[in-house]
Amino acid sequence: MLEKALTGDRRYWSWVAVLLVVIGVGACCYLRQLQTGLGITGMSRDVSWGFYIAQFTFLVGVAASAVMVVLPYYLHDVKAFGKLTILGELLAISAVTMCLLFIVADLGQPQRMLNIVLHPTPHSILFWDMVVLNGYLILNVVISRATLLARRRDEAPPAWVRPVVWLSILWAISIHTVTAFIYSGLAARPFWLTAILAPRFLASAFSSGPALLILLCLILKRFSRFDPGDEAISKVAVIVTYAMAINVFFILMELFTALYSDIPEHLEHFRYLFAGLEGHSRLVPWMWGSIALAVVALALLVNPVTRRNPRTLALACVAVFASIWIDKGLGMVVTGFVPNPLGEITEYWPTLPEVLISLGVYAIGALMVTGFYRIALAERGEVGRP
Amino acid sequence: MSVDRRRFFTLAGLTALAAELPVLGRARRPEGGREAGPGGSGTRWAMVIDLARCHEHPECTRCIEACNRAHNVPRIPDPRHEIKWVWKEPFEHAFPAQKSPYLPQTLRRRPALLLCNHCDNPPCVRVCPTQATWKREDGVVMMDWHRCIGCRYCMAACPYGSRSFNWVDPRAYLEHPDPSFPTRTKGVVEKCDLCEERLADGSPPACVEACPAGALHFGDLSDPDSEVRRILDGRFAIRRKPGLGTEPQVFYLV
Repeated sequence: MLEKALTGDRRYWSWVAVLLVVIGVGACCYLRQLQTGLGITGMSRDVSWGFYIAQFTFLVGVAASAVMVVLPYYLHDVKAFGKLTILGELLAISAVTMCLLFIVADLGQPQRMLNIVLHPTPHSILFWDMVVLNGYLILNVVISRATLLARRRDEAPPAWVRPVVWLSILWAISIHTVTAFIYSGLAARPFWLTAILAPRFLASAFSSGPALLILLCLILKRFSRFDPGDEAISKVAVIVTYAMAINVFFILMELFTALYSDIPEHLEHFRYLFAGLEGHSRLVPWMWGSIALAVVALALLVNPVTRRNPRTLALACVAVFASIWIDKGLGMVVTGFVPNPLGEITEYWPTLPEVLISLGVYAIGALMVTGFYRIALAERGEVGRP
Repeated sequence: MSVDRRRFFTLAGLTALAAELPVLGRARRPEGGREAGPGGSGTRWAMVIDLARCHEHPECTRCIEACNRAHNVPRIPDPRHEIKWVWKEPFEHAFPAQKSPYLPQTLRRRPALLLCNHCDNPPCVRVCPTQATWKREDGVVMMDWHRCIGCRYCMAACPYGSRSFNWVDPRAYLEHPDPSFPTRTKGVVEKCDLCEERLADGSPPACVEACPAGALHFGDLSDPDSEVRRILDGRFAIRRKPGLGTEPQVFYLV
């Protein structure tokens, strides 16, 4: 099965080569980080989590979002998603792998990471996150392998796959809930101390992940004989629309509580994000950009004409993905630390090696998606020019 | 026996997983000895800091120097990478809830001495995924630099900014390391350990001993006749962010 990923035309191999170069550059930077320590990143005593943990948080959402095509297909018999479920599951495998790599990249002593397993600590949310992420990875590997093998033999997947899929649906919810609990249970950080964090994470995940899936489908449609069908795409687009609307609604809930209650230690974080605090305003243009993208995305998605047009739909999906990436992958984590518990402000910005290591991890994910989708398409004879 | 490639990979994967199983099943290492406090059972160590007395010597940093010397705390010039066990911070930063435009001149912009609060209900211990930080029965919140994986969850959880991470190799910034106390490696978190190595010998913490003004008092809260209990019985003391329920064991006389 895996050998299918090793066949391809010139264009396929050029793309793989580009990814390998980016991975190589990231690996070199990571070796340097191992040698000199995390001091080569932009993190500090005050902002002690940064880009890596933010990317991890964002990608947990992408991983969890596979459930948005799996659930309708398996629980509501939405036949249109028949071709999409495997793509969602394979995307989840790649996203969870990136999550795990980002955590490892963030550890000060990565060679000791098995200590989490050697000294299991149920009162630590990080322990549970390790459990749910690895569990989700295994579940999706088992499910997609069984599905692809059955497809090769032109059979229906074995009966045991169905209960495993049901488990994976619940598991998908759990990975992003537990990831939110890492933040929302800390009395020290008022910015994260909000019960709506987990629901907000899920809503943003269920819009950004399926938006990425639509984009990947449109790319596959262009470069292969794969066609998910117009009905499938339009159904996923409706899911993206609802999830994005709910996400924006949740953000407004959060803003209301912070602004109206006027409690300084809650408000200051939002002021840092949207207005700047004592002259520190590095994230302000990004956050307003995120809002603008969310407005554009919703306008294009709510209008049925633009939602059904593949061009404007693609634009809306890019806007959804970018808006949520800025919110979660840039603003959410860092702002919990600004100002610090003493009311002091240290700003954070990722350094070049930090960004290159992150790009390397993203390239590993992209390489996995490339190889996996090639296999999935090859098993159905859908590779080659359209 | 023929084994095709897929079967081989499946078996290899399952074997790798199986190799992890004994590790997963292994019981926690016995913690005996770690719990026993040197002051005998029931001891609850605490510190009382008299800010007025401390302010009589505004330039004095004797406690900080004694601590840094005793624990090989490096002097790193870049504030982003600093290691701090005991340090001074303006009163308004140490006690943000006490901020007021009419704060007496004796407190305004005056420094307060900060260190780990050795909380009775420490959030850092709750979040640590490897039990590299734990609370002893006598209340000292300890740190195992050899078990810490450097995830820094404890730093996010500490409401007092009392924890430092070794962003770079600290040994490069130590001029005269004291061989009687371990130095740290890059990539681990550290903080005040209330001089547990001195408590074991029956001595008070180095900062308390070094203070020339008698502003730092140390003792056992469980003993009603201890110095700290007598001070707290007679004078009003405040703690940092008491509303969070962490129960800090460092008290400030204002």
